[in-house]
Amino acid sequence: MALSIVHRATGIALYFGTLLLAWWLISAASGPTAYANVQAFTSSFLGRLIVFGYTWALLHHLFSGLRHLVWDLGYGFKASEREALTWGALIAGIAATVLLWVVAYAIGGGR
Amino acid sequence: MSEPRTQTVKSMRTPLARVRNLGASHSGTSDFWRQRLTAVAMLLLILPVIIIVMMLLGRNQAGAAQILGSPLVAIVLLLFIIASAWHMKIGMQVVIEDYVHGEKVKLAAIMANNFFSIAVALASIYAILKLSSGV
Repeated sequence: MALSIVHRATGIALYFGTLLLAWWLISAASGPTAYANVQAFTSSFLGRLIVFGYTWALLHHLFSGLRHLVWDLGYGFKASEREALTWGALIAGIAATVLLWVVAYAIGGGR
Repeated sequence: MSEPRTQTVKSMRTPLARVRNLGASHSGTSDFWRQRLTAVAMLLLILPVIIIVMMLLGRNQAGAAQILGSPLVAIVLLLFIIASAWHMKIGMQVVIEDYVHGEKVKLAAIMANNFFSIAVALASIYAILKLSSGV
């Protein structure tokens, strides 16, 4: 598995994704018009795709990073354990992303 | 082939002396440690942050501003912003040091990385403090 490069790639994506988060926070502090602009973007197809991608990048990086913390503590170095941790991170990242979006739509975030 | 290293090194100090204590970078393993520290901090904060984002979905600016400005929400977000900005600054520096080999370009990239990380963090912190003060 070559997941270490995915860890790095998602990290870089999250790095630039913080611009979106900062824009969102600043717009909330600026007023209704600025906030409506952000909402118009995040409810567009492209905006929603970017936020969905951001959610996956964040959660994948989180679970993949957890794997690194396990290795830092000196566990999980056997070949089978490495495979299990890597697949676990990949599956957990995707599953948690889908779960969060289902919950988000269920509580009315899809409006 | 390049010249043997012993002929190009002008320093009187031995290689061992140069890496002793905090090493050639003069900061030792502090970035390594802070990368883990901020990672664990964000692991602890991610659930509250997700809940806060869920609470904000579908609300207009007035509703969002009210939630973002409440003390507990603001404190959680401020902690998360500080941890993530620090974490991403260290992470991007590692990426730069791995892939950018020209010394001047590397220094410029590391500077830009610092500026970007600090600017994004400060902008976000400013927004939350402004929402918290209610003006």
